[in-house]
Amino acid sequence: MNAPTPDLKPGLEAGEACIDSRFTVPGMRCAGCIGKVERGLSAVPGVAAARVNFSAKRVAVSHAPSLTEDGIIEELRKLGFEAERAADNPLGRDDAETRRLLRALAVAGFGMMNIMLLSVSVWAGADAVTREMFHLISALIAIPVIAYAGRPFFASALMALRYRRTNMDVPISIGVLLATGLSLYETVIGGPHAYFDGAVMLLFFLLAGRVLDAMMRSRARSGIASLLGRMGRGAHVMQPDGSTLYTEAERLAPGMVMLVAAGESLAADGQVVEGRTTVDSSMLTGESQPRPAGPGDTIHAGMINLGNPVQVKVTAAAQDTALADIARLMDEAGQSRSRYVRIADKASRIYAPAVHSLAFLSFCGWMLAGAGVYHALTIAVAVLIITCPCALGLAVPAAQVVAAGALMKRGLLIKDGSALERLAEVDEALFDKTGTLTLGEPRPADIGELDPQARSLALALAQGSRHPLSRGLAKALRDAGTEPAVLDDLAETAGMGMTARFQGHDVALVRPEAETAGLSVDLLIDGARTRIAFADPLRPDVGETIAALAAQGVSSGIASGDRVETVAQVGAKLGIPATGGMIPSDKLDLLGERAAAGHKVLMVGDGLNDGPALAGAHVSIAPGGASDVSQQAADAVFVGERFMPVALAVKVARATMGIVRQNFVLAALYNMLAVPLAIFGFVTPLIAAVAMSASSLLVVSNSLRLARAAGRDDAA
Amino acid sequence: MSILGFLIPLALLMGLVGLAAFFWAMKSGQFEDLDGAANRILIDEEEDGQ
Repeated sequence: MNAPTPDLKPGLEAGEACIDSRFTVPGMRCAGCIGKVERGLSAVPGVAAARVNFSAKRVAVSHAPSLTEDGIIEELRKLGFEAERAADNPLGRDDAETRRLLRALAVAGFGMMNIMLLSVSVWAGADAVTREMFHLISALIAIPVIAYAGRPFFASALMALRYRRTNMDVPISIGVLLATGLSLYETVIGGPHAYFDGAVMLLFFLLAGRVLDAMMRSRARSGIASLLGRMGRGAHVMQPDGSTLYTEAERLAPGMVMLVAAGESLAADGQVVEGRTTVDSSMLTGESQPRPAGPGDTIHAGMINLGNPVQVKVTAAAQDTALADIARLMDEAGQSRSRYVRIADKASRIYAPAVHSLAFLSFCGWMLAGAGVYHALTIAVAVLIITCPCALGLAVPAAQVVAAGALMKRGLLIKDGSALERLAEVDEALFDKTGTLTLGEPRPADIGELDPQARSLALALAQGSRHPLSRGLAKALRDAGTEPAVLDDLAETAGMGMTARFQGHDVALVRPEAETAGLSVDLLIDGARTRIAFADPLRPDVGETIAALAAQGVSSGIASGDRVETVAQVGAKLGIPATGGMIPSDKLDLLGERAAAGHKVLMVGDGLNDGPALAGAHVSIAPGGASDVSQQAADAVFVGERFMPVALAVKVARATMGIVRQNFVLAALYNMLAVPLAIFGFVTPLIAAVAMSASSLLVVSNSLRLARAAGRDDAA
Repeated sequence: MSILGFLIPLALLMGLVGLAAFFWAMKSGQFEDLDGAANRILIDEEEDGQ
């Protein structure tokens, strides 16, 4: 079913070791793309095999060492796909965790089914000898299963106890261990009640909750990871012989000369030595106006080269760049976030002592009433088992996973459940301007001036180039329904523009000869010049989103690094307070002020300069076009041009917390019914198993209602 | 009741086989690309440059 990969191909020496490289290819959207990429790459000399991972939007290529990664990216470009080197995914660490939990879940499931098989026959009235044998077999299955599947809980409980705290896992571990211990004793003395099924079932349900939680995280993170990687992770360094060599950002050193092409971002701070260009520093400062840079000017890592290719001499790399200062601010800002206590842990702070004292009291009560130690202990264990915190352990993640899944369909990737909990508490929102409220890419201000023929010529010229202006122009024209004209001799001159011939006439898309105020290009048709000016427009539904947030009691504001006048203009247009000219630490201070005033602030920003604020805010969202740093610091990422996912996120988060609270009420009601039964000694292992499953089913099906609730508000 | 001596080990064995199959599937990356498999069936084999 896959593209054929012959044993020996041109460019591959027999016996030569192939190297594996991985690339992210965000543009793969259909079956045809898989076939095109795999076949196209396999046909390239030097490529042994190419395998697409469609879910991760990646392609793994096994190729000869002589073929460079840049060569493969170029081949992919020829096939019509933009590709990036896939660096080690900084968010991919959770994968191993998910796998471990899945394995534990599988083992618990296996144990639960087999023990249940035996337990059902015991409950059905197996006689003494059979019952003892079944208990013994159950014990033999349960002990290794509990030892393996219970590890995540035991480890976390131990960790909490070591720091003299309690979390959800403490009551779970105590319950499971006590139940297992008592059941072992029952088995040895040939008693009637063994709770192996209850203990393993408890683990199974809770692990299911953990797996859901972990899967939600890794799904969102792999989605975000595929957006990463547009920033300068490395640079082409000039070699003495005039060639260039791609060098990772960490290996760059002062004194090296980087060749920075148009559209590339800088990987290190440096001084321009050759060439004149304009750079976009909006990621770093929030300033939306590109600024010119010529020989002698210092430009910083994170800035994007918009104009001509330039040679830049590195003055500071890696840990010494202006970027690294922002990273340090972020580290400090992120500390406050780690103090947030999740709702399940909050609940367990009340729940665990309550359950444990209840169990202890029933033990004392039965002792006083004259029952033996053994009998009293059986009752206490029944209380612990029946009060299993399934509502906390299963219902919370179930509700959050359903909500996160619904939001993902709307273009918002939530990193974890705690982000949803914090989103629900938000009462103020702060937005960055450039790239957040605006699209962050240049778009032609008005294509209405062009006649249809000029449009189709412009599109044909623009789509051949990777320059940001060309890409913006091509996208706007395509959106307007323009069909490209058929051109001959299409050629790109770096730093100048595109030239071609159309039915015998010279056509070109070039940069203006004189420096202009804003960004613009000239369309030349047979010498006739038409200027196309560019602007960075607001996202189409910013106004509606702010209204939707206001309807939910969330007030909005703008905090931007751009010039005060520009920011004030946007603020006035949207009718919200706006502050401009802020540096990263100003934004952080502003957030601190609002937090001190008792507000829970949602920060939405994209640039590197927003990083500290994103890390320090109560909760934060970044657009899909944001810098890697911001996407990693934010709790959620929204993709696409629409801004509405931000308002939708708050709405769905609140609905989720509503369901979670309902689940807690359901769990409390269930406990009020079941606990007295347990305390007065009416609970047998059979009743415990039925009650546990019934309560879990109840809270999970209540959580599933969210799928419909989130699906309904299309008009939100 | 002697049938139990046969059936219980059989049930356990089948459970273990299922568990082993799941572990194998996870280890060999069967769950790596869930959307890809659904799409690959649509790739047109005819186009392969024969």
